[in-house]
Amino acid sequence: MSVIVDHISKIYGEQKAVDAISFQVNKGEIVGFLGPNGAGKSTTMKILTCFLPQTSGQASVCGFDVVNESMEVRRRVGYLPEQNPLYLDMYVKEYLQFMASLRKLGPNGKRQVDSMIERTGLTQESKKKIGQLSKGYRQRVGLAQAMLHEPEVLILDEPTSGLDPNQLVEIRSLIRQIGKDKTVILSSHIMQEVEALCSRAIIINQGKIVADDSMSNLQGKVSKSAKLTVEFRDPIHSDILKKMEGVTSVESMGEKKFAIHAASVDRTKEQVFAAAVEAKTIIISMQEEEQKLESVFRELTQTAPAKPKKANSK
Amino acid sequence: MFVIYIKEIRSFLSSLIAYIVIITFLLAIGLFMWIFPDTNVLDLGYSNLDPLFFIAPWVFIFLVSAITMRSFADEKRAGTIETLTTSPVSDLNIILGKFFAGVTLVLFSLIPTIVYYLSVRYLAYPVGNIDSGAILGSYIGLLMVGATFVSIGMFASSLTDNQISAFIISTFLCFFFFTAFHYMGQMKMLGDLDYVIGWLGMFAHYESISRGVLDTRDAFYFLSVIVFFILLTKTVFGSRKW
Repeated sequence: MSVIVDHISKIYGEQKAVDAISFQVNKGEIVGFLGPNGAGKSTTMKILTCFLPQTSGQASVCGFDVVNESMEVRRRVGYLPEQNPLYLDMYVKEYLQFMASLRKLGPNGKRQVDSMIERTGLTQESKKKIGQLSKGYRQRVGLAQAMLHEPEVLILDEPTSGLDPNQLVEIRSLIRQIGKDKTVILSSHIMQEVEALCSRAIIINQGKIVADDSMSNLQGKVSKSAKLTVEFRDPIHSDILKKMEGVTSVESMGEKKFAIHAASVDRTKEQVFAAAVEAKTIIISMQEEEQKLESVFRELTQTAPAKPKKANSK
Repeated sequence: MFVIYIKEIRSFLSSLIAYIVIITFLLAIGLFMWIFPDTNVLDLGYSNLDPLFFIAPWVFIFLVSAITMRSFADEKRAGTIETLTTSPVSDLNIILGKFFAGVTLVLFSLIPTIVYYLSVRYLAYPVGNIDSGAILGSYIGLLMVGATFVSIGMFASSLTDNQISAFIISTFLCFFFFTAFHYMGQMKMLGDLDYVIGWLGMFAHYESISRGVLDTRDAFYFLSVIVFFILLTKTVFGSRKW
């Protein structure tokens, strides 16, 4: 077990940012931490990286308690904070060398810095000041800093926020490459990212874990209630659709367009085609809800009205 | 601690703060020592550096506050405190690294004033007729005052994430600890205790060292004030975990 979180709570003033959550992450796993803004993702990560102590509960990283053995934990964890704070007046290489010596990498430090610069694609920028870099490159510097000491556990708080699509692909492949032999916990509110990177997702809402399962299981949950949006050329009565086998509900979006919720997408598609033929009309478009995890996410996090919560401040 | 120290020194140099501080200090002291009437050495006619040692603490109140105001305020505002405190360095190491970097800057602004000492020594009649012992004492006293201001400035900076607030708090605290007790002691309110109150301030100890008498009590006083403010800074800095 790389990371063990046992009934952790964090209370800011009167506000409960994290409410008795528990989970475990195995060595070598890439876990996505999902949740709406203010759900408690960052707070949990701050506790795991020893920046903030929890109000109650226990957490350990690589077998070391985050409060009592914080130095041991800090040595083994690489952390990219949400805002990716950097010293803007330092040069890229200077900054990484500073972090390397802060981590006491010794003679290895120089080699690690060079290899990290190369792996994150910063070679061209390594002689620039961090303040001159664009957001994407700064993010790479932040990642390079987090992975400099080859940490056993990598904690990345929204590692790809603000990147352009090309950079996104590059950074993701970098994380995937590193995640091969390390434990990675990354937070995000971009579902596709978690789908692309993680083997497991923990969905958290208002400080509580609402789902913790492997990606395939989570996706399986949704396919039971697939959503199909169909548009016909001619008006059609929604009762025809409602009567179909396996259909749970039909939303009409005008006379010709319907959103069908059904247990199985394939079975429903067949029936819709048959119905169109029977009604002597043509299907103009048919869309399947593709972002499966996104629907799980929405389903799980919108059950309670989303109150604006500030969990990241302080 | 050494890593933080080097980083701070580098950032002083790369942000030009070091140069500005040293030049401003030398200019201000130079003006008072050689040009302004009433205080310049040439008109005073004595071969000593009294104008330097009288003005320097006042200039330090502003300059040292300016050096230290960003030490923690800036880290907190930029969020870099998070990367710093989640790497394996203790809070005390961070504070001490920053403290010694500040003291080094104070020391570097004092070193060029040796030229003033040499000038006065050369101008004296006969050449070399100068109380070098008292001057050495005064330099040590000045360095201690500067170091104490650095610890006060860091404490002020740890209180806020706004550099200007840190600067104002720091100048006030430096001013207060430097002279307030001295003046309170002179108000003759408490009889015999007046003397004790005077001793709580830095001014009395600075004056005592300046005479060229290196009393361990004075050194102990400055060290304990420095330790006091470093511990206060550590407490405030650690309060993020409360």
